[in-house]
Amino acid sequence: MSDVLIASRGQPAPKRWHPVTEERRPTRVLLIALSLSLLALLVVAPLGVIFAEALARGTVQAIASLSRPEARSAIWLTLLVAAITVPLNAIFGLAAAWTITKFDFRGKAFLITLIDLPFSVSPVVAGLALVLLFGINTAIGGWLVGMGYPVIFALPGIISASMFVTFPFVARELIPVMIEQGRAEEEAALTLGASGWRVLLTVTLPNVKWALLYGVLLCNARAMGEFGAVAVVSGKIRGQTATMPIMIEMLYNEYMSIAAFSMAAVLALLALVTLVLKTALEWRHSDALATGRKH
Amino acid sequence: MLIEIDEIAKTFGATAALRPVSLQIPSGALVALLGPSGSGKTTLLRILGGLEYPTSGRVKFDGLDATGLTVQERRAGFVFQSYALFRHMTVFENIAYGLRARPRRERPSNAEITRRVTKLLDLIQLPDIGGRFPSQLSGGQRQRVALARAIAIEPRMLLLDEPFGALDARVRKELRQGLREIHDTTGLTTIFVTHDQEEAMELADLVVVMSMGQIEQIGRPQDIRSKPATRFVREFIEV
Repeated sequence: MSDVLIASRGQPAPKRWHPVTEERRPTRVLLIALSLSLLALLVVAPLGVIFAEALARGTVQAIASLSRPEARSAIWLTLLVAAITVPLNAIFGLAAAWTITKFDFRGKAFLITLIDLPFSVSPVVAGLALVLLFGINTAIGGWLVGMGYPVIFALPGIISASMFVTFPFVARELIPVMIEQGRAEEEAALTLGASGWRVLLTVTLPNVKWALLYGVLLCNARAMGEFGAVAVVSGKIRGQTATMPIMIEMLYNEYMSIAAFSMAAVLALLALVTLVLKTALEWRHSDALATGRKH
Repeated sequence: MLIEIDEIAKTFGATAALRPVSLQIPSGALVALLGPSGSGKTTLLRILGGLEYPTSGRVKFDGLDATGLTVQERRAGFVFQSYALFRHMTVFENIAYGLRARPRRERPSNAEITRRVTKLLDLIQLPDIGGRFPSQLSGGQRQRVALARAIAIEPRMLLLDEPFGALDARVRKELRQGLREIHDTTGLTTIFVTHDQEEAMELADLVVVMSMGQIEQIGRPQDIRSKPATRFVREFIEV
């Protein structure tokens, strides 16, 4: 004991114990300040500006601009498109992820590339492709119009464009999770006598529910916010085929800044609501998340 | 249940996982499929359980052709290598899964399910863990839960893929005894896959030595030890 005391007297003891996994204080402060200011500049500030501009001449003006028929129509159309696109893509995405991760077949790599295609193709190009395929001057398009079901400059075209653009979100979110989980639990359920449906409902879905939720939220945000592809196929008919992003652009170009920013604020709010919903769900199921590992 | 394997072969693309193999497993036996990795033992086990279909050959259960039976129809209690417990269910629900999956008119009542699961938890000597999740269990406990889950469906046979592979040496010894006891109480025809010759020799009534998709020798442990049929067997059991 006394030996230790004598030995330690020779060298001054370090002032403060420094954790080996942490950077020095100045480095830490600098890095955090840098990320926070970037976050403020790129995320918080634009969002704040939108709300500030929308309310620049008071709440009454903003609400009045939103209650005009073409504004109401744009909001309704956007919600309708999301309500159709998101469930369909959730089902297709789940089916695609299930097929790719639980079965072996030829052409799997090609299928994965195909699923990624909407990420790499510009939305405008996708919109143009739909016009070339279903436009009134084409065989299919002409026939559909003759039957009374126009696709281009109508709701089916907007939904098709939104579905194309948002297709990869759910599948891309699910595939890595399902690969990591493997097939053993599904196989176990089968040996215990469960049918394919039962396996899907009681084993596969509960295991991927968080990934599925994230995918659906991303898909929803994009479906409501999609501009390029919808701009091409919708024809931008005010009060009929103009979704919220299209309407915002038209209003802004006409120097109707209150109306444009009010609608932008509503679109931003819709996105915020989905985020809050996600957080609330996570908070409510935090126990299940803790025991359920990664997702 | 008597299991007859008649000239079963399996190819994956261009590679032959199993060359035609034939084997009879008497009812109630405890059999080890022993061999190095890539010897086809797991493929054979999965074919018996209905998780893999053979390229050619037939499987018979108690004299009846079972080759075309689906995995659900086979009613094989299967214990997977990493146990494959349902991670989002409690131990109780894991064990009850097979009973709840039955068609309505064959499904036991909730009270009956509770009674059976409790009995199985007693059998694996873990009466108090019904409310826990698989992630809260040790490796040895998981293995026993997987075993209870497989037995819960009142299977016609018990198939285990490297049941002791993921455990440390001490737990492994304990659980060997546990499997032996469960086999003796249930009287189920039991087949387990292992690459550990000591484990196979100590536990099994009948050892099937496999290599490169073929059966090298079938026999009682003492016979394989005293009269290895091929050079491969002699070298493999010496290690």
